[in-house]
Amino acid sequence: MSAFTHPYFVHALLAGTAIALAAGLVGYFLVLRAQVFTGDALSHVAFTGALAALALGYDLRLGLFAATVLFAVVLGALGRRSRADDVAIGSLFSWILGLGVFFLTLYTTSRNAANGTAGVNVLFGSIFGLSSGQAELAAVVAGVICLTVLAVARPLLFASVDEAVATARRVPVRLLGLAFLILVGACAAEATQAVGSLLLLGLLAAPAGAAQRLTDRPYHALALSAGLAVAEMWAGLALSYYVPQLPPSFAIMAVATAVYAAALVATRGPHARLGLAEA
Amino acid sequence: MNWAETSAGWSWNPLTDLQQIWAFPFMVNAFRAGTVVAVLAAVMGWFIVLRRQSFAGHTLSVVSFPGAACATLLGISAGFGYFAFCIGGALVIAAIPRVGQGGSGQESALTGTVQAFLLACGFLFVALYKGFLGGVNSLLFGSFLGITTTQVTVLTIVAAVALGVLAVIGRPLLFASVDENVAIGRGVPVRALSVTFLVLLGAATAEASQITGTLLVFALLVMPAAAAQQLTARPAASLALSVLIALAVTWTGLIAAYYSPYPIGFYVTTFAFAGYVLARATRTLNTAMGRHRFAGAGAVA
Repeated sequence: MSAFTHPYFVHALLAGTAIALAAGLVGYFLVLRAQVFTGDALSHVAFTGALAALALGYDLRLGLFAATVLFAVVLGALGRRSRADDVAIGSLFSWILGLGVFFLTLYTTSRNAANGTAGVNVLFGSIFGLSSGQAELAAVVAGVICLTVLAVARPLLFASVDEAVATARRVPVRLLGLAFLILVGACAAEATQAVGSLLLLGLLAAPAGAAQRLTDRPYHALALSAGLAVAEMWAGLALSYYVPQLPPSFAIMAVATAVYAAALVATRGPHARLGLAEA
Repeated sequence: MNWAETSAGWSWNPLTDLQQIWAFPFMVNAFRAGTVVAVLAAVMGWFIVLRRQSFAGHTLSVVSFPGAACATLLGISAGFGYFAFCIGGALVIAAIPRVGQGGSGQESALTGTVQAFLLACGFLFVALYKGFLGGVNSLLFGSFLGITTTQVTVLTIVAAVALGVLAVIGRPLLFASVDENVAIGRGVPVRALSVTFLVLLGAATAEASQITGTLLVFALLVMPAAAAQQLTARPAASLALSVLIALAVTWTGLIAAYYSPYPIGFYVTTFAFAGYVLARATRTLNTAMGRHRFAGAGAVA
């Protein structure tokens, strides 16, 4: 248990737990609403936002949140009923990523390469490098995201499962969709600090996908998704601590993928459950 | 990487400029490789957009990163890693059952997880291979430097084979893509076609990754085709247009990257995206003008 004597590990655990909780909750709805691709696009926007902030001399996190939330609003405005089509999203996000490379070059050439690995850190995360202030802020923001998701969970679930009926019942479907996208944006910015912009999709999709395989009941699946995400985060951090060759982001992703694979195998065969959509 | 300092700058005389660029053997190779890749990517991209499989294309491109990193770790040519991992990834995607498994949310969650895991594996390989950290950016975001003549030959052969196969299955594939149910009814082997297409997609992605980098493959694979399909609905015309756009994007990207310190990935995505936006704007404009001028008059070409 010597791990807890290292401040960096405690900070990583604090931030990681909160971020995983938020990612598990948001991820469940992301999978339910079949918006995983949107989460992917947002995650890549995070890269450009962070590097643009660095290149212009601001705090990395300012750029992260500004870029992801802004992009979420744009997506919500673009798409019909907040569900933009794949090619348009893909093209836009690919270009934004290209812009990120531009900022990366700008940053590494103009600022005397003070932080040559900045690009790699943003892409693949550096959870063991968080300071206590950064970890606390990340935990607070993640807590706010969790509370907001729980507050809108009921109407959002209704709107996600049956949009037409929800609209007829006067549920503000469009507003909920936009609010949800903003939550995904904030969550993407959070997760970037833990596992990096490239891997946060796994943190969003894997626990949620596994939870949906294991149970059909929405609230159980929501809780299970959050629980799995936190457990995977802890296991990943521990694994990376005891096997220093493994980068923490890889360890977390590996555990998450293994759990998802186990869930897939467990629900295979004649006992395979029906998806929620058919219920 | 700033070649503008070691050679004369842009002179606005295309002939001298091209002569100057092609004086370097590595630039000649870059243009050859870029041309081959652009043609293959544009043709494959045309089918991707038609079949709405851009997410699969994106995932396959992501697979190429661990491929290249693994090959580098093992000390073999990165090209083999690209092809092995991309085609392997294509077979895995093809193996995912599509029907009765909980709908598209579940399917994309699986794809997304696999994608993140593979990127994480790539990062692991990079972390294990100490001192390779600087190479990450060129793997992810593309580089046109150091393409050897052997690589150009390999790219050309793979592209020729892929285009050959595509030419054979092109018609039934088009049929299956446009109306799957009718195609099944007519006895077209839709499932086999789909698997073949994914394998070809893997090969095309592996090729494109070597120019644009893993993360920006979308720029060559999807954007030219998407732009072309915005401009015309006729299959042959949009296919040709897609190839033209991809070639233009690659060539201008190479020239711009040669004359500036910024990486080629930035230019290729920017030019391709500009093309897509222009195409969409043209279409919107055409529709609006057509409605205005020929209100009720009917067909507008």
